[in-house]
Amino acid sequence: MKKIIKNFYDYLDERLHLEDLVHFMGKKYVPVHSHSLWYYFGGVSLFFFIVQVITGILLLFYYKAGPDLAFESIQYIMSKVQFGWLIRSVHGWAANLFILSAVIHMFSVYFEKAYRKPRELTWISGMLMLFLGMGFGFSGYLLPWNELSFFATKVGSDIAGAVPIIGEPMKILMRGGPDVTGATLSRLFGFHVALFPGIFTVVLGIHLLLIQRQGISEPMHFEQLDKKEKKTMPFFPNFLLRDLLLWLVMLNVLAILAVFFPAELGHKADAFGSAPEGIKPEWYFLFMFQSLKYLPAHILFIEGEVLGILLFGAAFALWLIVPFWDRKTARGEQNKLITYIGIFVIIFIIVLTILGWVA
Amino acid sequence: MSDLDSNQNRRSFLKYLLSTSIVGFFASVLYPIVSYLNPPKQNEVEVSTVLAGKISDFEKDSGKIIRFGNKPVLVIRTEKDEFKALSAVCTHLDCTVQYKKEMGLIWCACHNGKYDLTGKNVSGPPPRPLEVYQINKQGENIFVSKKA
Ligand code: FES
Repeated sequence: MKKIIKNFYDYLDERLHLEDLVHFMGKKYVPVHSHSLWYYFGGVSLFFFIVQVITGILLLFYYKAGPDLAFESIQYIMSKVQFGWLIRSVHGWAANLFILSAVIHMFSVYFEKAYRKPRELTWISGMLMLFLGMGFGFSGYLLPWNELSFFATKVGSDIAGAVPIIGEPMKILMRGGPDVTGATLSRLFGFHVALFPGIFTVVLGIHLLLIQRQGISEPMHFEQLDKKEKKTMPFFPNFLLRDLLLWLVMLNVLAILAVFFPAELGHKADAFGSAPEGIKPEWYFLFMFQSLKYLPAHILFIEGEVLGILLFGAAFALWLIVPFWDRKTARGEQNKLITYIGIFVIIFIIVLTILGWVA
Repeated sequence: MSDLDSNQNRRSFLKYLLSTSIVGFFASVLYPIVSYLNPPKQNEVEVSTVLAGKISDFEKDSGKIIRFGNKPVLVIRTEKDEFKALSAVCTHLDCTVQYKKEMGLIWCACHNGKYDLTGKNVSGPPPRPLEVYQINKQGENIFVSKKA
């Protein structure tokens, strides 16, 4: 047996020069310090993404897009297909956990200021994936074609339509017409299973490539230590094994959530029925949604909601390009302001999410 | 003209040619795609009058949503046995409203918007009143039509 493996390895090595790769892997180190824990959330997000790809493909085998088929096909998945309920529940839960761990990953990078030179592009690609993740959430929400998702999509796309100039064409593009109809379902389905996964995979590839190329970021205080004082751990196998162990833990968490809190289906959407109570966006949109509610109808000459949307847009844009305006960190100095802004943003998000939740 | 000059000229001409054809190439690829994404205009069936049902189809103090072309319209039979018809599309963010008998109001569940029975927005986020439709009774039949 050993001989066969050895032969196979030699065969590949001769053609692909695996030596270089093995050498490269052996040289990779992960810094060990009091904040090392945060390094794991990127990998955890990757794990949930992989789960989404697998369960998503499985769901595709039975799901049918279309206003007369979508709800029924999910009903079929949930009741007739063996373990269909499990696959769908895992897909729903992993979506939420993906966003959660990606957000934790993002904030940890932000507070460690790991976005600073030379990792600006890693930050940007990561933020793009977070936005895409939200797009996945929004587009996937409609696919069961039930009452809640139908009206939530109406409200969500109507909010997007309020943006001046580009809002209306964007809304039409998203809805495939002036109203939320079967055309909207086809479009969001296309976004969800083709467009977004395609873009996401490319950006993810770039993100991972950059990390391999530049190595794992060290916190600023760690960077200044003497080479001898720096504690590290080999990436292979030590860090990788820990990572895999954590993936296993996450898989269990996922299974427990999916079994004890399976996804619901509700009632089929009816374009000529009244909106039911309890229309709420997914929790990660809730803080924006809730803040819009507090704005008065008119602020100066502009509609309160429009102003709110523009402000959120500007805030997201600033957040995205933080490596470029945080000059102080780029120079290697401490920038307390960034930390304060981050703390403020987290408190803001948590408070408004809770308010939106209980409302 | 020296050789060098003519060389330079030729080079800048080629550059110009190349860049315009790149722009032209992308325009000719993108234009059909963008147009394709823009959904064709549905021939909206211009309805002006719709049969909502028979008087007996409507319970007293209740509301029902009917199709008016491809728009929902709320028809209410009030406590005092009056008929009213209003657009059922909330002016806030597009949800579909309903008649709430406990409140004697039109209510939108999405963000708790309220309208009175004349369609006026009385509380919550809706910024404008609901559009009012006309009711015509012909014998047992209730017709709803657009206000002229
Ligand atoms: S959509 Fe009716 S109150 Fe918001």
